[in-house]
Amino acid sequence: MTAQPATRAMPAAAAERVALPSAWRTGLARSALEIRIFFREKEALAFIFALPAVLLVLLGSIFGSQVATRGVTVGELFAAGLIGGGIVATSFQYLGIGIATERDRGLLKRLYGTPMPRTAYFVGKIIQVLAVTAAEVAVLIAVGMVFYHLRLPSSPERWWTFGWVFILGTTASSLLGIAASSLARSARSATPVITMPFVVLQFISGVYVPFVSVPPWLQHVAAFFPLKWICQGLRSVFLPAQAVVLEPAHSFELARVALVLGAWIAAGLVLCLTTFRWQRRGER
Amino acid sequence: MSTELAVRARGLRKRYRAVTAVDGIDLDIGCGEVFALLGPNGAGKTTTVEILEGYRRRDGGDVSVLGADPQMAGRRWRARIGIVPQLAAEGPELTVREMVRHFASLYPRPRDPDDVIDLAGLTGKADSRVHQLSGGQNRRLDVALGIVGNPELLFLDEPTTGFDPQARRQFWDLIRRLAADSTTILLTTHYLEEAEALANRIAVISNGRIVASGDPATLGGRATARARVSWLGSGGVQTVHTSTPTKVVTALAEQLAGEVPGLTVTRPTLEDVYLGLIGEAP
Repeated sequence: MTAQPATRAMPAAAAERVALPSAWRTGLARSALEIRIFFREKEALAFIFALPAVLLVLLGSIFGSQVATRGVTVGELFAAGLIGGGIVATSFQYLGIGIATERDRGLLKRLYGTPMPRTAYFVGKIIQVLAVTAAEVAVLIAVGMVFYHLRLPSSPERWWTFGWVFILGTTASSLLGIAASSLARSARSATPVITMPFVVLQFISGVYVPFVSVPPWLQHVAAFFPLKWICQGLRSVFLPAQAVVLEPAHSFELARVALVLGAWIAAGLVLCLTTFRWQRRGER
Repeated sequence: MSTELAVRARGLRKRYRAVTAVDGIDLDIGCGEVFALLGPNGAGKTTTVEILEGYRRRDGGDVSVLGADPQMAGRRWRARIGIVPQLAAEGPELTVREMVRHFASLYPRPRDPDDVIDLAGLTGKADSRVHQLSGGQNRRLDVALGIVGNPELLFLDEPTTGFDPQARRQFWDLIRRLAADSTTILLTTHYLEEAEALANRIAVISNGRIVASGDPATLGGRATARARVSWLGSGGVQTVHTSTPTKVVTALAEQLAGEVPGLTVTRPTLEDVYLGLIGEAP
């Protein structure tokens, strides 16, 4: 056999006419796949999706009937806090561990070798996270309503606040999750590397412990990270107005919530753009 | 007919800190050719291939793959190549069919996913989750994902490492079918018989350099190498190393006036040549 020019190759002009699949269409296809994968992964379902609801029932059962302040039970505080924790679990924690695993297993490298538009990968992840996080929040609200008299937002203003806290909080946490995935050296180390700081933050940001009970110096540490601000925004949405006396600042500081989350989105985006790798560390 | 080149590399170089992995490699691979890069582990095969695939940056040299520099090439170029990486990707919670279909959707003119699953011999496993596949099946899925985009040029990095002999034969048949379909194939392997069975041309790589290249029959001067002529003489087995074995045998025949007892003429086997080339001559 001698070397022959490829007969099957189309003339360049004809090849040019065949459109490459668009980033948006590919991103949508990927998001459908990603959502399917999420609900097929037993670890993710148990450890990421169900755990906040389980903890809400548990913490609420132990401390829930105590009164935090007039008209506000500790159970309601936990419900608002764990909705915040749930948002960060399905965005930051899931993406951080998931992407580190995909990278370590060579899946990212494999996708990089195809003509997939790079943005389609992120579009797929974002839609998956938004869908799963919405489901997570719905489950937590339902648990809170059934067990701890949590009330749905009572006014359009509160719904509006809920909407932007959800979107900004999910976006900031997702971007930080994508960036943090590069810190893990392997799939095995991803879970501790991502989960450890997240658990610590949940203790000091008003998820596992009412924020008012956290020592002031730890409150200051927590104020540096998004989780504290997400929870604070959610308390303003789900708790009765008099709960404001439980806030260290005696206000829900919504403008500051938006500002801090916005700043983290900007920082997270820069971190993602500068640190994202399609291959394992050292492969280049 | 002009011989278009699918891959052309000149003076390709890559260093990792103190280690020079690729030390000035030249390659010419024609369209439609099955080319094997043969060498021991650590010779620089994967580094070379990953530079050609656009995964790694070179430190020196010129490279053109399907007319483009892999470092700069875009999606259109990626749509024309197929990659089967060295390490099998551990699959997510998807079935074989879902995975192959998804990869097909990434290309502008893919092959039919079910045809590809069939070609890869995975029809019976199409609805199994990827993580339930055996090692050999997983590798065949890797190939399915590499070819579903209908590539003009296919990279196969050590495709059969860890296969049992039967699985390897089946795999070779698959590669031959692709080659018959005029896909250009660049294959790396450390199995000599694999290179010999599949490739039109072989380049032997050792310590980051090409030490020989050619078709399997003439590789490393195999066809013209000194032959060993031995026969049963008066004092036992006699051996002569010569580049003109025919002359030696004729002379012997004349000298002994007829049949030469115990006559053998041997050329070095491909294995002898290969081991000599990579510096492990027996």
